Amino acid sequence: MTSDLMQFALYCAVLVAVAVPLGAYMAKIYAGVPGVLVAIERPIFRLAGIDPHKEQTWQAYALAMLAFNAVGFALLFAILKFQDLLPFNPQHLPGLSAHLAFNTAISFVTNTNWQSYGGETTMSYLSQMVGLTTQNFVSAATGMAVAAGVARGLAARQKKTIGNFWADMTRSTLYILLPAAIVLTLVLVWQGVPQTLSPNAVATTLEGTQQTIAVGPVASQIAIKQLGTNGGGFFNVNSAHPFENPTAISNFLEMLSILVISAAFCFTFGRMVGDKRQGRALFAAMGVLFVLGFAGLYASEIATNPLHAPYVAAGSGNMEGKEVRFGIGNSALWIEATTAASNGSVNAMIDSFNPLGGMIAMVNIELGEVVFGGVGVGLTGMLLLVIVTVFLAGLMVGRTPEYLGKKIEAREIKLAALTLLIMPIGVLALSALAIVTGNAHGSVQDAGPHGLTELLYAYSSATGNNGSAFAGFSANVDWHNAWLGVAMLFARFGYIVPILAIAGSLGAKKTAPASSGTFPTHGPLFVTLLVVTILIVGALTFLPVLALGPIAEQVSIAAGQSF
Amino acid sequence: MLTHIRPAIVLVGFFTLLTGVAYPLAMTAMAQAVFPAAAAGSLVEKSGTVVGSSLVGQQFTSDRYFHGRPSAVNYDASTSSGSNLAPSSSTLLEQVRARAAAYGGRNVPADLVTASGSGLDPDLSPEGAMMQVARVAAVRGVPEAKVGMLVQQHVQGPDLGILGEPRVNVLALNMALDEMKP
Repeated sequence: MTSDLMQFALYCAVLVAVAVPLGAYMAKIYAGVPGVLVAIERPIFRLAGIDPHKEQTWQAYALAMLAFNAVGFALLFAILKFQDLLPFNPQHLPGLSAHLAFNTAISFVTNTNWQSYGGETTMSYLSQMVGLTTQNFVSAATGMAVAAGVARGLAARQKKTIGNFWADMTRSTLYILLPAAIVLTLVLVWQGVPQTLSPNAVATTLEGTQQTIAVGPVASQIAIKQLGTNGGGFFNVNSAHPFENPTAISNFLEMLSILVISAAFCFTFGRMVGDKRQGRALFAAMGVLFVLGFAGLYASEIATNPLHAPYVAAGSGNMEGKEVRFGIGNSALWIEATTAASNGSVNAMIDSFNPLGGMIAMVNIELGEVVFGGVGVGLTGMLLLVIVTVFLAGLMVGRTPEYLGKKIEAREIKLAALTLLIMPIGVLALSALAIVTGNAHGSVQDAGPHGLTELLYAYSSATGNNGSAFAGFSANVDWHNAWLGVAMLFARFGYIVPILAIAGSLGAKKTAPASSGTFPTHGPLFVTLLVVTILIVGALTFLPVLALGPIAEQVSIAAGQSF
Repeated sequence: MLTHIRPAIVLVGFFTLLTGVAYPLAMTAMAQAVFPAAAAGSLVEKSGTVVGSSLVGQQFTSDRYFHGRPSAVNYDASTSSGSNLAPSSSTLLEQVRARAAAYGGRNVPADLVTASGSGLDPDLSPEGAMMQVARVAAVRGVPEAKVGMLVQQHVQGPDLGILGEPRVNVLALNMALDEMKP
């Protein structure tokens, strides 16, 4: 217990210590690259016909982003569908079905990295590297570019443009993601993560049987999957696999990588809008929700399942689906980080978490992935809730709401309120659709309330662009591959396009100087209001269905009922 | 939209070559130069043949060996998986009860009665290993104290004194056991 809390404190301290300077560095990159780097990017921009100094309106910025993602989707779909005809396929795996290729291509382009398949039994090395690793980089860079554009819009004074998407996306990849991924890859290999193009190894065990051991170019993919809040694993069990995450050191560094860029964006934002306190306030609100979530998850998992209590030594916790080297503390912390951050990689099987622990993971997603969230889009998702919060605060005191000196008016509120509908539609409406059309029952593994939780988690994960799963749920059927794909697509761009529109609209407005009547958005009062707004919006929407799933299950096992 | 097509195609192509081809291949070359054993999967050899990977668990069923944790895939390292059974599952409850019965039925360390997340967990908790000392010692005809000492020597972690949990690598322990008393 003490050691678990010390590890948590160490994690938080290192996260802040790295995120603050990284945030400052990222703000410099988005302000325009220093001279030495121009030589690297100039030939690429020339070939692509891009003038990186030419700023775009929010519409052009959004269209560029959509065009880039559309081309990325088409290429990835083709690679997956025809991997059997392409090289680097030493296990001779077949091409993916159209539904699975559609689902997977959307999943990686939208930075969700939901996996309907088991990596080592489905994907050729070429698909993993050329297809998936590429999208791990550029889908993350897309989110980062969006955040940079939005921050510029909020900082602008009566200006119609928010930057150049191509420049922001390229620089996010070249100067932030790629150098970090190279360093992390080598550290992970040092810890034991394989990086090889050889086919699977075959061993003769001590008892004389054959063991086929899947290997591959693992480390390079794991590094970027964590840094880019992607989360799609090389192996079926993701980072619970000893080859993705062999030691407690690799575990610590991977957990750090999950949150660090998203956390740094708070500080980048503060610098870009010229008021560091604004960034700190957002970080504080995210931090409060993060600590609350960890506390709940840890308390849930350190407790013994009441059904198993007669057989298990007291105090050893719920170890089903967890690895000995991580234990309870590091499994709970990872799951908190990965569901908060829209990463979706796992080092323990959430399906086997105690009911309330699994519920907290799901609620983290359902809050809209704003507790650090995905790289870039976590920040912009939080800004949508900031707009809702200043609107509510404005209503309470009867003043026109303002944020960073910009008047928040009907257009902005309508756009922000629209995004609040995305999670309920994706989670509740699509789950209901699966149930009434008879497509839920065949895919859930467990009977009783847990079955409902499995279904809800799948649609929450897709809509939140998270990608983690209650893995007992069989998602690899045409219905779910199609609808989960639709949910991922709809949610990703359903958040991004409105926030870009808001940024464009605010950028064109006058910036009013702060007066005595201005509600400050950097103090503890605002942070509290923001946290409460997030929790109330989430709770009102999802509490009823949570009562039918995880809460009912927790009450059942406490009463000795199994299913 | 059309003005965006050229940059989109060129940049997708460029990043595919850079991050999808050059990056993993360069990383593979560097990893194999600097950490060749780890890059290949930390394979363990015994008199010339590969007996497994030090990081990946393997199946032990004989009473002469320490057994690893229950595995949903029987330690098939070509297709990893956990059980993913619900905490309220009666299948899981029955499994836990049956596994506990092999160790006296009560007060069994949790890692011995639950399946790991990967199905390939290479480790046991020190308590989980100590529970098996008497059985292994009896079958091998070695004093219990000697086997217990071997277990204690194989306890590793927490890493850097703070990270992760203390653990015993089952393959390393069993290989040491074979060496001590074949």
